[in-house]
This record gives sequence, structure tokens and C-alpha cells, in this order.
Amino acid sequence: MSDNCNKKITDRVREICASHHNNSGELIMILHEAQSLLGYLPQEIQEVVAEQLEIPIAQVYGVVTFYSYFSIEPKGRFPISVCMGTACYVRGAEKILEELERQLEIKVGETTSDGLFSLNCLRCVGACGLAPVVTIGDKVYGRLTTDKIRDILADYYIREQ
Amino acid sequence: MKITIDNKIIEVEKGTTILTAATEAGIKIPTLCHMHLHELNYENQPGACRICVVEVEGRKNLAPSCKTECTDGMVIKTHTPRVLNARRTVMELILSNHPNECLTCSKNGYCDLQSVAHDLCIRKISYKGEMSHFKPDISPSIIRDMDKCIACRRCEEACNTIQSVGALSAINRGFNAVVGTAFCKDISGSNCTYCGQCVAICPTGALREHPHIDEVLEALADPTKTVIVQTAPAVRVALGKDFGYKPGTDVTGKMITALRQLGFDKVFDTDFAADLTIMEEGTELLNRITLANCGIKNVSLPLLTSCCPAWVNYMEQHHSELLPHLSTARSPQQMFGSIAKSYLAEKMGISRKNMVVVSVMPCVAKKYECKKPEFFVGDNPDVDISITTRELAHLIHYANIEFNKLEDGVFDDPMGTSTGAGVIFGTTGGVIEAATRTAYELYTKEPLPRINFEELRGFDGIRTATIYFHETPIKIGIAHGLANAKKIVEWIKSGKCNLHAIEVMACPGGCIGGGGQPYHRGHIEVLQKRQTALYSADANCKIRKSHENPAIKALYAEYLGKPCGPTAHRLLHTHYSKK
Repeated sequence: MSDNCNKKITDRVREICASHHNNSGELIMILHEAQSLLGYLPQEIQEVVAEQLEIPIAQVYGVVTFYSYFSIEPKGRFPISVCMGTACYVRGAEKILEELERQLEIKVGETTSDGLFSLNCLRCVGACGLAPVVTIGDKVYGRLTTDKIRDILADYYIREQ
Repeated sequence: MKITIDNKIIEVEKGTTILTAATEAGIKIPTLCHMHLHELNYENQPGACRICVVEVEGRKNLAPSCKTECTDGMVIKTHTPRVLNARRTVMELILSNHPNECLTCSKNGYCDLQSVAHDLCIRKISYKGEMSHFKPDISPSIIRDMDKCIACRRCEEACNTIQSVGALSAINRGFNAVVGTAFCKDISGSNCTYCGQCVAICPTGALREHPHIDEVLEALADPTKTVIVQTAPAVRVALGKDFGYKPGTDVTGKMITALRQLGFDKVFDTDFAADLTIMEEGTELLNRITLANCGIKNVSLPLLTSCCPAWVNYMEQHHSELLPHLSTARSPQQMFGSIAKSYLAEKMGISRKNMVVVSVMPCVAKKYECKKPEFFVGDNPDVDISITTRELAHLIHYANIEFNKLEDGVFDDPMGTSTGAGVIFGTTGGVIEAATRTAYELYTKEPLPRINFEELRGFDGIRTATIYFHETPIKIGIAHGLANAKKIVEWIKSGKCNLHAIEVMACPGGCIGGGGQPYHRGHIEVLQKRQTALYSADANCKIRKSHENPAIKALYAEYLGKPCGPTAHRLLHTHYSKK
């Protein structure tokens, strides 16, 4: 069992499943709640869910890998999401993403080696008027330009120290 | 209600899809993903391939015929220029991410993608783009080459719905979407049972058996080796397909001659070992029933048959708490190997190291089974190489043997002597009928009033019957297809199962529908013809009860002693463990 996923966590996953009556029809809801425990869904959590709902582990894994919301990798303390919805895309989201990849030295889907940042894309956060938009944790950064990125990231580095 | 397809007016029931209506009217609409197993009540209709589109009058866009239900008065056209153009575009898009290596592909000539591309007259691929690159997944039984997957999802349906194993699922999304295992493990690290039903229905070269033809050719060319072959019962009624025979044609005689011509020193019959299995498993069943009738508790009843390696794998992986119910008798393939490399080797005056046992099986799980460490003596396996029915057909083509012109041959003695009971091992219900014939006579010490047990035959997924051994009722169950087997397992776990013996075969129809047979691709009616052929082969046998097989009698008298005795136990039984 990985360091992150101890018995306390797996017991909690069982409780989540039980609260949904171990109903396989509620798999996505259960995975949502389970992911909130660690910020991602390690193999152990998926196995507990499959066991409790009596469905094949391959099916759980299939759902987890289908929805971009779910992650099987640990996320950074500050998960960064770049909106690639149509409005953001036409206003330069791709350049923003490239700049983030360059500065953080990671690719989309990866986490920085210090565990601070992870980088993902998503489709439309519903703030098209602020395009291009990036979210870091719960905070939304709108009308972003590449030259603002260094300062934004610096804030988080300072906060960590 | 009435519909018109290609100017043909036909009457259809409400809820019928355009594809089904067209098929019933004799109009062929090509498809790569749709699969309807009428007899088993399964339908795979993911609407994934979009090859089956048709034009419906009054509808703007083309309709996928497999997902569109007929409505009264519907006018459908299946081969207008618009339809054909759309199909060709779809096909070219599929092919733009498919390795262009038909000539060297193992499914060359057996590929649905190839034949639909041929029918659509695809002469160029207009689209160029990114290609999928997956690591080939090589297990002892099955090879997965997902670069050739067209995401028809038939294997997913076979693995989850028909077999309820759940090793495969659609994973990832978009361009990276593929059918795979949990956490992208190799199939050997998943809960796959190697039943091979995914292989039986895969329309392309993505799923195939692990080939062992080269090993056979090497052994045959080695002058220091005595190479003997055993052929399973279901092989003889399916092999003919590759040589133009109608489904269910029994080609035993030609198969034997072909095997001799290939160079095998002895051509034997797994049916002999099937008779041996009956002696051991039948005795084991009677022993367990006797113990239970004496009031001894914790006797593991019902007894579950153990001939099918995919079923044994399923039990070892998924339901290990019920392993004591499995008969300890080895499968016929392994009994054959064990006796060949002891009794027969001694008789022939050769060492087991110099004997190579090849088995021809309708099955891919047998390849894994013969590699299990419990079936080795030192570093020498009881069965050296297991090939499928398809591989035997390849071997015959490879050696340029004109199969259709061959004279009929007969099996060699002593391990080619078998009974009608042995031959029906290849179909669902056959093992338990063979066991019943012998157990009845051993128990009552009287000859059977009738040999055929019609009540055990058929194609229903789960069947039960009560056979009276004089006044003693013996309750028997049969399941084929692992989804049905799972229901039986749950019944036993509930504590309410009152049966004495249950036959389980992992593949729909039993070995006749095995993953190593000519690809059935969901055509269950072909399996029924193979089944009929096995029952007629049985009816034509002079001896139809395993315990009356003279070669089996001699084997016990000369070598084994009693069924389930110490020697028999060492050579013919095994043990199981949680996997």
C-alpha cells in the first residue's frame, strides 16, 4: 500500500461506497467523493471501490481514465488547470500552456518534482468573458498573458516558504 | 408494420433495428462491431464502427442501421452513392490508424476488416495522421496487438457480458481510447482466464493465440525425438472449415492422415484420455456421494468438473473458496500427457525426454495449462506443445497437404482407442453424460436401460436434470459460458444448491465454441452444427461407455490398478490453489 493510502483512507472509501448502498450505478459519484480524500485515485482506492460495488476493477479503471476530472497521479499542492475551451483557445490559451510547461519544466498531466504544482487542461470553466483563464486551486486568473505567469507562480513559491 | 428496404417491402416487428430487418430480408449490410448471438441472447451494438450507415427517406443524416429502429412506412436505401461514400470515408479513417501489414498479419485471410475493405473497393487511404503505438502484450495463451484494434468493443462484451470475467474494459479517451486491462497491466497480470472468447470474435489481428507452430515443426524435424499427437474431440468437427467443408462436417479420418503426413510418429486421440477422465472423475463422484450418504459432513458436493482449463483458472482466480468442489482429476489433455510419458514411453522403450507430446486443442487456455508447474516432472512437461485447431489447419496448408484428397486414416493403438462417451466431451453436456453412463453402471452394477440422456443435451446456458440410479436420485447441473457458471457458483455459495455434480465449460457451447476453433465471430448456429456432429459420432461408435474401452481396461490392469488408487492419484490427479 502506498504511503498516502493507509487503512484509514480505505475504510473511509468503504464508508463512501456504503453511503451509496454499494450501488454500481453511482460509481461516478463515489469516485468523486473518494478523489476528494487524497486529491487523486491511487490503485488501492480503485480496488476497494471495485470490491465494494462488486464490479470488475477494469471497469472502474475505464471510468477513471475516461473522465479528465479524475486523476490516477498525485496532484500538486496547487493544481493548475488551463482552460482550453473555445473562447480561451482563440485568445491564446495554448501560449499560456506552453509558458507554464516551460517555467514549471513539466508537461500536461505531470506534477513538479517538489510536489508543489501539477498541470492539467480542462474544457471551459464558464468564465469566457475573462478568457484566457487559468485556475490554480480554487483561484481563477482571467485575461492572462504570458508575462504575468512568473509573478503568479512566485506568489505560491513565497507562500510555501 | 411495413418497411421498404432497397425497394423490397417487408413486414417487421416493432423494435426491430434496420440491420436486423435487412439481414432477415437477405440484404447484407456490412458492419465491424455489431454481433448478435441469438441463441445465447446477447447482442453487441455499441454503434462504434459506423460502417453500417444507410439512407432513410426524410432523414437528413445517414442512420447507423444497428442502432436505428424501424418505423412504419420507413423507406431505406442501403447502397446509394451517398451511403457508399460515407462507408468508404469511415473505412479509410479506420485504416489511417491501422498498420498496413496484411500480408504478414496472422489474420490475413481471416480478417473482417480486410474483407469489408475489399468489398468497399478501398484502393487508397486519403488520410494521414497520428498512429497508435501500443506495446504488444504476450501471454502464454493470447497475444494482444492493440495497434490493430478498431475499438469495436466485441472483446469487451465477450469478456464482461458473455463470460463475466471483467478483465477487459474500454480505457482512456479520444485518440488514446483502447480496450485494455485495469492499470494497463499485461493480460497475464490481470484476472484473464484465457478462455479466448475475445479471440473468437475479434474482427482484426488485434487478438490472437500465442502461436506454437514453429516448435512443432522443429520437434518433427528432430530425429532424436519421438513425436506423438493427441487431438481433442471438438477439433474434428471444426477443422474442415479451413478446407471448404460445411460447418459440423466430421473430418476425423482425413485429419489423422494429414497428421501422419506431417510426420507425427503416432497419432492418438484425446478421447482416450476423456474415457480415462470419466473413470477417475466418475469414481470420485461416487466416492463423494457415498461419503455424504453415510452422513459424513463437509463432503464437497456438488462436484464440479475440472476438464476445462479456463474454468479452473476462473475458480482459482475468482472463487478460490470453492476449490474443494473441483474434481481433482486432471483434464484429458494432461491425463494423456502423463500416461504417454509414463505407461506409453515404457511400452515403447523410450525415455520421456525423447518423447514430445503435441496436443491439438480447440482452446487457447490449454497452452497455459500445459505450462503449469504441477504438470512437469523435473523440467520436462507432460504435454510439450499445445496448438489450436486453427494452427493445425495452418500446418496442413504449410506442408502443402491437399486435405480434401486424403484417404481416411485410423488412430494408432493403444491411446487412439476411445468410445462414444469420449467424443461427446467436446460439447456442453457431453462430459456429464459420459460420466453418468459410467457412474450408473458402476453404482447399480447393471447395464444402462438407455445410453442417450436427452435431458442433459441442448444449448440452454444452465440446465439441470435428475437421473435415477435405481431408487437413488442423482441431481445434475450443466453450465456453459462463464457468466452462466458464475450463476452456478453463486447458487453454491448461497448454500441452497442441492445438486450432486455440475459440468462447467467456459466457452459458449463448450469446446466446440472454444477460443482455438475457426473464428465463430458470434455465429452460434455453426456451434450447434458441430454439436450435432459430435452426437452422431457418438451414436456411430460401437462402444459408447468409457469403462468398456478395452484400452482403458488394459491400462488399469497393467499399470494403474484401481481408479482413484495410489498410482492413478499420482499420475491423473492434481491440486488447486488461489491465484
